[in-house]
Amino acid sequence: MLKKLSLVAVSAVAFASGAFAAGDAGHTHDVDFSYEGPFGTYDQNQLQRGLQVYTEVCSSCHGLKFVPMRTLADEGGPMLPEDQMKAYAKAFPINDELANPQLFDKDLEEYRTLKPTDNFPALESANAPDLSLMAKARSGFHGPYGLGINQFVNGIGGAEYIASILTGYTGEEKEEAGTTFYENTAFPGGWIAMAPPLYGDDVEYADGHSADLHHVAEDVAAFLRWTAEPHQDARKRTGFVAVFFLIILTVLLYLTNKRLWAPIKRKG
Amino acid sequence: MAGIPHDHYEPKSGGEKWLHTRLPIVGLLYDTLMIPTPKNLNWMWIWGIILTFCLVLQIVTGIVLAMHYTPHVDLAFASVEHIMRDVNGGYMLRYLHANGASLFFVAVYAHIFRGLYYGSYKAPREITWIIGMIIYLAMMGTAFMGYVLPWGQMSFWGATVITGLFGAIPGVGEMLQTWLLGGPAVDNATLNRFFSLHYLLPFVIAGLVAVHIWAFHTTGNNNPTGVEVRRTSKEDAAKDTLPFWPYFVIKDLFALGVVMIVFWAVVGFMPNYLGHPDNYIEANALATPAHIVPEWYFLPFYAILRAFTADVWVVQLVSFVTGGIVDAKFFGVAAMFGAIAVMALAPWLDTSSVRSGRYRPMFKWWFALLCVDFIVLMWVGAMPTDEPYATISLIASAYWFGYFLVILPLLGVIEKPLARPATIEEDFDAHYPAKGSDSVAASE
Repeated sequence: MLKKLSLVAVSAVAFASGAFAAGDAGHTHDVDFSYEGPFGTYDQNQLQRGLQVYTEVCSSCHGLKFVPMRTLADEGGPMLPEDQMKAYAKAFPINDELANPQLFDKDLEEYRTLKPTDNFPALESANAPDLSLMAKARSGFHGPYGLGINQFVNGIGGAEYIASILTGYTGEEKEEAGTTFYENTAFPGGWIAMAPPLYGDDVEYADGHSADLHHVAEDVAAFLRWTAEPHQDARKRTGFVAVFFLIILTVLLYLTNKRLWAPIKRKG
Repeated sequence: MAGIPHDHYEPKSGGEKWLHTRLPIVGLLYDTLMIPTPKNLNWMWIWGIILTFCLVLQIVTGIVLAMHYTPHVDLAFASVEHIMRDVNGGYMLRYLHANGASLFFVAVYAHIFRGLYYGSYKAPREITWIIGMIIYLAMMGTAFMGYVLPWGQMSFWGATVITGLFGAIPGVGEMLQTWLLGGPAVDNATLNRFFSLHYLLPFVIAGLVAVHIWAFHTTGNNNPTGVEVRRTSKEDAAKDTLPFWPYFVIKDLFALGVVMIVFWAVVGFMPNYLGHPDNYIEANALATPAHIVPEWYFLPFYAILRAFTADVWVVQLVSFVTGGIVDAKFFGVAAMFGAIAVMALAPWLDTSSVRSGRYRPMFKWWFALLCVDFIVLMWVGAMPTDEPYATISLIASAYWFGYFLVILPLLGVIEKPLARPATIEEDFDAHYPAKGSDSVAASE
């Protein structure tokens, strides 16, 4: 019975979010991220600041279940020193109900021992979506007229969408069927169920970087872009090397072909 | 190999003769590689090699991906993320495979439209054309099932919509749909069989490709003039052709190089551009995406599927005549498969005795319009179904059928074709005139 009720509730939420998505698309503002373009790479300092924002603010509701904590020390990521990464991982208690609500199995009505995991914990309690892939699962830019030109020029805009959501609150709220919705200029449909998570100066950066709302939002958006595409820097390097050598190979093939055909085309 | 007269492989040493009398495999490879090829082939004749490369690329990357992938509804999405994060070079393998599918379709559409313009489907190459169409259908099946495997939202809902098409077939539809899915809805059984078939079909395609090549090596290549190679003697044939190796191998490799530069730039710098963000959300049977959009290469036929709604008079008429057995949904499905069927029937619908579009003044314009029509269908297939898109897709769908069913048969009767060159050599010499008698001798 309980299961059935929760099914109904979930489908009601799904229907509601579907209805929102069908409304007018929100406005995403462009952010000049360091990783954009064929040569752009992640800014390690920004990723570390973003990690701090995620840890101190977002992680109270949102999980990162696909991201292994050891990758925080990887090249092309936040590149935490090994000992800092280990200390960070240690801070997550495992068999602790407060941090891991799934410790109590609701179906069996008993506690289960959890296995330690590589990854950030998956949080499903607060009805908040997992953020591992959020920066690739949303598009900030569209059109015009379904032609995909804006995405070609500006990128797909997932991180920009996240930054725009975090800075897009107008302060208006409304209540519908017991849920409070907050007006947000970036959210499709205009009303989002997430309360404003950032106000500016939510965190204090060790490097003294400005922590006003826009900076905090952009830092965490860049961090989430990394969690979604952790090997981006290496991928671009591979692409660059491949294109470089392919150009050389193709020029050589062009010259070979020209020479080969010259007597046939009487240009020798 | 029958067809154009040319020198065949002659075993020379004792060892070669020993092998040749038992298994003439060297002779087969030699004749395949040295096949006389019309020397006036233009740059639209490179796509076959690109397609062969795509098939190999997809099989090689796919086999390695399958080593790390788990076809189970609870694990598939996570296993793809495992490939993207933990497998060495896994992100590159997956992006090569996903964008490789797009390159495959870019190439196959260029290849098909080249055939349509230069009349490559006409006698005696109908079998080559029909096998090509079967390969294209197998490619679409493979690509569709491959897109389901990451088990994202578009995977799940795309599978639901497309398998639902079979449910529209009157009478047996529902039974057929359940049989395809392995249950009442898209679930673990569906994912498993799609994985199995996605692995199998490329090898079926490889076999069909061999037959495709066998067929056109028997008839000889078509060429931009549509004029056949002279087969009166070995010497005459040699004036119209060049051996495939080295002339066309090097030319095709150069073209492959150019295509690879673009391909690797896409994979390296914008690998998700052709994908859909919703597929980075794990499949959820309880949340339908706002717009279910297939991959770009299915859009033209998806547009035709959606164009025939219940308020179109043709649909109403057919529904009335059949006593409601053919409803709008089934009509749409029939139109979608029919759109490919009329293309496959082109050899018998085209009544013109002239093969190449180059010498058909009226055909040229209708063909150009068909290319535009294809692009319009692709664009409108990704748009919502309301106006003006509904009307646009209906007009564009009508033209697609009109081209094959009305224009191609009529043009053969009313069109006055231009003068054609008598031989391929004549066409080639017109493009590359002799500068004087010394120019040929001057080269090594």
